[in-house]
Amino acid sequence: MAIEIEQPCVGLSKVAVSETHGEDSPYFAGWKAYDENPYDETTNPSGVIQMGLAENQVSFDLLEKYLEEHSEASSWGKGSVSGFRENALFQDYHGLLSFRKAMASFMEQVRGGRAKFDPNRVVLTAGATAANELLTFILADPGDALLVPTPYYPGFDRDLRWRTGVKIVPIHCDSSNNFQITTPALEAAYSEAESMNIKVRGVLITNPSNPLGATVQRSVLEDILDFVTRKNIHLVSDEIYSGSVFSSSEFISVAEILEARQYKNSERVHIVYSLSKDLGLPGFRVGTIYSYNDKVVTTARRMSSFTLISSQTQHLLASMLSDKCFTENYIKINRERLRKRYDMIIEGLRSAGIDCLKGNAGLFCWMNLSPFLEKPTREGELALWNSMVHEVKLNISPGSSCHCSEPGWFRVCFANMSEQTLEVALKRIHNFMVKKRSE
Amino acid sequence: MRLIVPLQGVVQGRGGLILGSLIPCALFYFLQVYLKRRRPRNPSLKPPPSPSHSSSNLVELQRSSSRSNLSSRGSIGTVQVSSRASSIAKPNDSPYYIGLDKVAAGGPYDRLDNPNGVIQLGLSENRLCFDLIEKWVSEKFAGSILGTESGNLNISGIAAYQPCDGLIELKMAMAGFMSRIMGRSVSIDPSQIVLTSGATPAIEILSFCLADQGNAFLVPTPYYPGFDRDVRWRPGVELIPIHCRSTDNFTLNITVLDQAFTQAKKRGVKVRGILISNPANPVGNLLSRETICSILEFAQEKNIHVISDEIFAGSIYGSEEFVSMAEIIEAEDFDKNRVHIIYGLSKDLSLPGFRVGVIYSHNEVVLAAAKRLTRFSSISAPTQQLIIPMILDTKFIEEYIETSRRRTRHMYEIFVAGLNQIGIKCAKSSAGFYCWADMRGLIPSYSEKDELELWDKLLNVAKINVTPGSACHCIEPGWFRCCFTTLTADDIPVVIDRIQRVVETCKS
Repeated sequence: MAIEIEQPCVGLSKVAVSETHGEDSPYFAGWKAYDENPYDETTNPSGVIQMGLAENQVSFDLLEKYLEEHSEASSWGKGSVSGFRENALFQDYHGLLSFRKAMASFMEQVRGGRAKFDPNRVVLTAGATAANELLTFILADPGDALLVPTPYYPGFDRDLRWRTGVKIVPIHCDSSNNFQITTPALEAAYSEAESMNIKVRGVLITNPSNPLGATVQRSVLEDILDFVTRKNIHLVSDEIYSGSVFSSSEFISVAEILEARQYKNSERVHIVYSLSKDLGLPGFRVGTIYSYNDKVVTTARRMSSFTLISSQTQHLLASMLSDKCFTENYIKINRERLRKRYDMIIEGLRSAGIDCLKGNAGLFCWMNLSPFLEKPTREGELALWNSMVHEVKLNISPGSSCHCSEPGWFRVCFANMSEQTLEVALKRIHNFMVKKRSE
Repeated sequence: MRLIVPLQGVVQGRGGLILGSLIPCALFYFLQVYLKRRRPRNPSLKPPPSPSHSSSNLVELQRSSSRSNLSSRGSIGTVQVSSRASSIAKPNDSPYYIGLDKVAAGGPYDRLDNPNGVIQLGLSENRLCFDLIEKWVSEKFAGSILGTESGNLNISGIAAYQPCDGLIELKMAMAGFMSRIMGRSVSIDPSQIVLTSGATPAIEILSFCLADQGNAFLVPTPYYPGFDRDVRWRPGVELIPIHCRSTDNFTLNITVLDQAFTQAKKRGVKVRGILISNPANPVGNLLSRETICSILEFAQEKNIHVISDEIFAGSIYGSEEFVSMAEIIEAEDFDKNRVHIIYGLSKDLSLPGFRVGVIYSHNEVVLAAAKRLTRFSSISAPTQQLIIPMILDTKFIEEYIETSRRRTRHMYEIFVAGLNQIGIKCAKSSAGFYCWADMRGLIPSYSEKDELELWDKLLNVAKINVTPGSACHCIEPGWFRCCFTTLTADDIPVVIDRIQRVVETCKS
């Protein structure tokens, strides 16, 4: 009779088995509900509508039109495959110069020409997710911390902490002042870290904010810059939604402030950008780090070996993004369409008796359901969220997954669906609220 | 603090290459004393970028370190970066990169336009078969980048968020492709594939999944210099060299493997796995079935992982049989949970720019973790769209692999024959884009110092850039890796002639 001897399981790393990827949080659980029963206008009209994914689908036609009309943009060069082999062999972590120039130019246009960007400071990464992680590796050691204002994008828990071993210490913001970052809040977060013997290496903000859907005001940016200078730490400004501001004049980039200060103390500032939101091309994996710090640029370039952008993609986008006529028009129209969507959802929610934070950017609105919670607690919020996902069949993101200090807020995306679908979603919310009020 | 200040000067470009060599040399010599090889002079063991990066990397690196170039520059103030970053930011003083810089600075050799330029034999790139791919792209896609028939541009289809570990269609196509490459008896399961933006992140991701910071992998030498970066930089995993020697054509010896494991244990270092390359880089030999089984037995006995980097699996030109780890674990009764295979399209299909890499594993936990980690290293959607039909086209792939094999063998034969004529023999190799040349007879003393002097002579006198064995951690000084797949047949006599000039000066 054979004797079964159990083989020892071969061990894995802490990174592999940790929960820091955060994918068991409600933010991702809602996606599961959607994946299992996705809404479709014709085939599954009672399915779950995905309002938890900040994707921009409103302007694809502009991209397609451009590529159709400019066939040289989508060929390998000189109208033949002659450029193919050099492109296929190109794995230089500096990236194609033409593409870096295109990105710098596009970033300038998004800011209405109010800031200049040097292509030599553009570091390319496969998406902003990689850019944020890379910067964290560069700016902080394991055990150190970054200060991040709440509420924040749930992905940061994973992107900034998982492999890097860096901690996030929250900067608490609340609705009393529309969740703006204040100097006392910055100081409090810094002190909290200090009291835990944690070294703070920088502040990471998202501007325009996710999930708030609002730009950071100039005075707040000035305060943050002064704070990081005082503490001699870094500032990362994730400006991934900078092209999704409904009105051009309302977005102030940290780049503009630095220019106004003649770049004094700018070596502590780093900007993250990507084409995933403004151009609606998340599948292309195009992100950048723009740093005013030479050492960070050098190091980030080398580290970008782990996250290079396909040379094919760089080539494809280079001429399109350098075409100022196209980009100016795209930015303008994209902006208008997003604003129209925003107005539509705000109005729809208002007529259902729901208020939102006053927003001016992004692909989502920050909805206030706190008056409708059974209990003003996280549990109350999650209970309501549960109803939204399973009864109303809308996947929205609960504020707790964004570490919001006040229960009852939800992020609702509106740009990843057709207008018809948005109407359906609004109707469902309307009916839900009517039902709730009659209970 | 003291560590940072002198280095700032170096990074700013005020130090020259010499300063940039001495200071990091001293620091790393001290820090990494237990990795020191038995050499008279030990250049720093800092991580260089991948050998197959094009030379313009280094040139621009120097420029971007200088302040004057950057218009909207910030001042180099006192805000600190992490210690991880500090070590990575130091200038590369590895001869490998100095050589690439030289090629770029003077311009690469061109028979007509730049007959005195440096000939590049240091990049593991294959230019022999682009005509075939270009023909395919022009026929299938009318030259369109988007991998579609012109006039059928559906951006929304490829623009959206995709599964970060790759489209299922590409995984399936890749599984079929790998089966063909690795031998028809191997069946690759697409659900056990994780796609990454190149083999470089694939190796790093596996390092993160299989080992904690401070743990180690055993790695036979000489090895691909990029491993130092991929495994040590961010995962913080140590690489313990298992020295292989020319006496048995640089074959891995299990006794030596065992000794290294035991010594590591004594030092208190936990070994988590063995990292092998098969086909090997830089030697170009293949692991025998027996050796693979011995490695698997050893791994089983010590309860550690095996990572098999098989990126050159489709670039076999010799008559020896390539045996993939995948084939062995299917045929034999080894625990599949400890075996992980790396693959990619950068070598076999010469598409390094497109960033297509593969992790193939049977370990469900590793797959789950690796899948999640690919969010930092996903393949670009348009690239997936282009590659899928390419590797599904079995007729094209068969023709491509066969032609590549033929042309590479042809170049290998005339190149090695040329070297033999001037008294330089090469190790026996059957795969890859390079030969492992024995120039021990040309160095006055058996030392790394003399090997590097010869390398310098080859670079500056013969104007040939080759990779010295020390950059690959070879224990025997005097070996050089020479890549020949960027040359045409006409270039080879020029190369041999130039090397001969140096050979003559060495003998006199």
